Amino acid sequence: MRLSHLIAALRGLVVKETRHVLRDRQTLVILLLMPLAQVLLYGFAIRTDVRGVQVAVVDPTPDATTRALIQRIDGSARHTVVTVEPTDDALAGAFAAGIIRQAIVLPPHVDRRLARREALAVQVLTDGSDPNAGSAMASYAEAMVRRWHADALVARHGPAVLRAPDAVQIELVTRMRFNPTMESAQLFVPGLIALVLTIVSAMMTAIAITREKELGTMELLLVSPLRPSTIVIGKMVPYAVLGMANVAIVLGAAQLVFHVPIRGSVTLLLLQSALYIVTTLALGLVISTGSRTQRAAMLAALGGLLLPTIMLSGFIFPIDSLPTPLKVVSHIIPARWFLVIVRGIMLKGAGLEVLWQETLILAGLTTLLLAVGIRRLNERLD
Amino acid sequence: MAWRAVRALVRKEFVQVFRDPATVVQVFAIPVIQLLILSNAATFDVPRAKLLVIDEDRTPASAQIIQRLDGSGRFTVVGVQPTEAGIEQAFLDREARAVLRVPHGFARDLARDRRARVALAVDAEDGAAAGILQTAAQAIIADAAREVGGSEVTALTVSMPTLDVRGSQWFNPTRNYKHFMVPGLLVSLTSIIGLLLTSQNIVREKELGTIEQLNVTPLTRTQFLLGKLLPFWILGLAIFTIGLTVGKLAFGIPTRGPVPLVFMSAAIYLVVVLGIGLFISTIARTQQQVMFVAFFLLLLFLLLSGIFTPLESAPVWAQRIAAVNPVKYFVFIMRTVLVRGGGLAEVGPTMAGLALAGVGVMALAVRQYDKRSG
Amino acid sequence: MSVRPEAPLAIAADELTRRFGDFTAVNAISFDVRQGEVFGFLGANGAGKTTAMRMLIGLLAPTSGRATVAGVDVVRDPDGVRQRIGYMSQRFSLYDDLTVQENIALFGAIYGLDDRTIAARAEGLLARIGLLDARRDLVRKLPLGWRQQLSFSVALLHQPQVLFLDEPTGGVDPITRRVFWELIYETAAAGTTVLVTTHYLDEAEYCDRLTIMVDGRIAVAGTPGEVKTSLGVDSLDAAFLQLTRPAAGVA
Repeated sequence: MRLSHLIAALRGLVVKETRHVLRDRQTLVILLLMPLAQVLLYGFAIRTDVRGVQVAVVDPTPDATTRALIQRIDGSARHTVVTVEPTDDALAGAFAAGIIRQAIVLPPHVDRRLARREALAVQVLTDGSDPNAGSAMASYAEAMVRRWHADALVARHGPAVLRAPDAVQIELVTRMRFNPTMESAQLFVPGLIALVLTIVSAMMTAIAITREKELGTMELLLVSPLRPSTIVIGKMVPYAVLGMANVAIVLGAAQLVFHVPIRGSVTLLLLQSALYIVTTLALGLVISTGSRTQRAAMLAALGGLLLPTIMLSGFIFPIDSLPTPLKVVSHIIPARWFLVIVRGIMLKGAGLEVLWQETLILAGLTTLLLAVGIRRLNERLD
Repeated sequence: MAWRAVRALVRKEFVQVFRDPATVVQVFAIPVIQLLILSNAATFDVPRAKLLVIDEDRTPASAQIIQRLDGSGRFTVVGVQPTEAGIEQAFLDREARAVLRVPHGFARDLARDRRARVALAVDAEDGAAAGILQTAAQAIIADAAREVGGSEVTALTVSMPTLDVRGSQWFNPTRNYKHFMVPGLLVSLTSIIGLLLTSQNIVREKELGTIEQLNVTPLTRTQFLLGKLLPFWILGLAIFTIGLTVGKLAFGIPTRGPVPLVFMSAAIYLVVVLGIGLFISTIARTQQQVMFVAFFLLLLFLLLSGIFTPLESAPVWAQRIAAVNPVKYFVFIMRTVLVRGGGLAEVGPTMAGLALAGVGVMALAVRQYDKRSG
Repeated sequence: MSVRPEAPLAIAADELTRRFGDFTAVNAISFDVRQGEVFGFLGANGAGKTTAMRMLIGLLAPTSGRATVAGVDVVRDPDGVRQRIGYMSQRFSLYDDLTVQENIALFGAIYGLDDRTIAARAEGLLARIGLLDARRDLVRKLPLGWRQQLSFSVALLHQPQVLFLDEPTGGVDPITRRVFWELIYETAAAGTTVLVTTHYLDEAEYCDRLTIMVDGRIAVAGTPGEVKTSLGVDSLDAAFLQLTRPAAGVA
């Protein structure tokens, strides 16, 4: 087939597919709005800071000092005090039912002991079923108890009590680079963008191609002199454009609504996004070659991609935390690389000289997926 | 009610599912494989972060601090330099995850005031990891303080009354994150497969035209929807059981509470999720539409369920949305019974709520389904 | 022919209308079908035949008008008629990933037939169309003609009073078409009323009575002879052309 012929045919195809997509107004709206809605929703909703911990304070002999502690706990945004009967059984039951997640057990006669400068032993029990939240909760509670103790001592005996010769303090001042306020949005929005783009693009392509297979309309195209691979690529073009539109919308929202900065080059970001869109479309293509029905495509795309992308892309759980075999697996998850690139450009202002490895890998993955997809497609349809 | 008709429908669905090898593989293999693989993923622990040290003090005291950090297993000191030069690039190139700065006069301050300060800068590109590193560093440095300070103590005069805070973990003393995540993953996987299968089922018949043949028969709407619910309910329970067994054998998840309660809850919960899928299926017109709705719902169910991020941390409006999220309640039941050892008293009300929701959703689907269009 | 003119009407439609927005697909049609008749609905594609049929079997709600099928007011009580009618849709609507036997067993159970009855009737129906040896074959593997005949048989499984066939011979070869019409005659002879839509005009000659629909209206109705006479032509082909051409000529 002559090249000019091919180009003309391809253009005709693309125009047909684009009209197709534009005519389905409902789906178009969903395709453009849904990713935006999801990024907005979860950008605001997902937080991992410790908040709203229900804590019970076991106080055998309530006095002014212990009341001060309870007030402090209740007043903090992180904790809510829940009243529980001070028996072992009641505590155990409350923990089991999830009514409390922490319990602070005070010794009797706190006031008296403080007055006499006696040692105090306080127990902090934390629900460890979620170890990460548990550690964080324990640290906060401990810190709060220590501060209360120090303040109560000072109130009673004056500030000198704290300056004992054997009390050495090394204070650690921490600064979070690239995200000084540890805004949840900055933590999660780039990951959300990657997640949503991945699933939507892959799903869309997989279903679009499989749909034609299932309903039999593919056959019309197959009778034409074009190779199946050309047909499919022509199909993917409008979706690629839609994907870029999505990227623009979502990045805009990230900046305007969440104030996630774009410290690096916007052009680079857009180019990388374009690359990634092709990656996800290729992924959808590969899925479609393995699926005879739309159900199979949906199961493979949603059922097979959703959880792995959430868990292995670095979206919520850090890649470095993954055990080695899983770290290896994460390398074939395209979203993982895109996330590094997006975070790098947006939060760190990194350029290509820093991100060239990830970019190369992503390009390589894309080429591989395209090659596999097209080869299988030609095999199946011819 | 003519149960024969319903039984015939159920049989048909089973035949269709099991006759397609691709579907069988997807329905069973996808959840099990993901459960096996992803359960290992769930941890926030970050080992051996690369640490660069700017030692402006260069005293035995600063060396001790650096030593402590290096030997802690949480950090690996990749370099010690006297100035700040090149730090920015180190962050960008990811040569260092964190940079510790021991300022000039550190040892002097310690000796004189028994108080000194060091600064840590952490690459918070990955915020979760950054938080963990911060906590780890704080703990190591606090420990180091005792050691560093202790070596310089001469005489004990009036000592500060001590505060002994004993922290301990209730449940899960080995801090096994898998015990926390596996139930959540199992719920996720069962829900994903279940919702996808039912939501796509009726729409597919609409698209292929086979639903017309069913619509002209005397089948009532209830019979029809029961015939669609039951096969996937059974499949869902099968997947759940397999997953639970895998979880027990492969990961040793605890079963502190009564396991039959877990199965009963699964049975009730499945009606809700599958019912939602069926409801979607009665409204949507193409499988493409269904796919988007299913994706939207699934993401909503999963991200606002407390599986990956704690719900208590979410803003109030998000918690309100989560209040109608069946996944959240089922995960609560699973964790309460399996990990916390709760029983009927603790999860009964939740189970009842789910049961009510199940009946409600199915009733809605029946009402929504119209054999006659227009 | 076993038409019993004095028996109650199998189908009676009165000003049956269906609009989709601005477009009127079926425009106030009125007709009746006697028990045991083979009644034909002719017309070009898009004339409204399928829409009219779907209203009669309770798959589509009419915008206005009334209709009675097998003694049941289908407009008010669409579910009341379901046990008494059989339907073969234009689009193949059996399950192609089930076997012949499985499809029959499914619909038999849905219509409330017990296993023995299903077995007996299936035997008869399949033998008649020559599919006995293929009962364990996946429907997907059957050639088109056999699939259509299977659809027809499944529609008869529960021995309905009225049988609705929507373009039953679409796309099959002439021999199979002939076989089909033999089946239709046998069914009518046994007392079943058959309403069939088709755009094959030669098949129209086989009907007891027929109507030709043009743009949603009934342009002419009656026996094949009456239709030809009223239009002054000697073939239904010519009748059809005469009814549709003028419209084309004006445009």
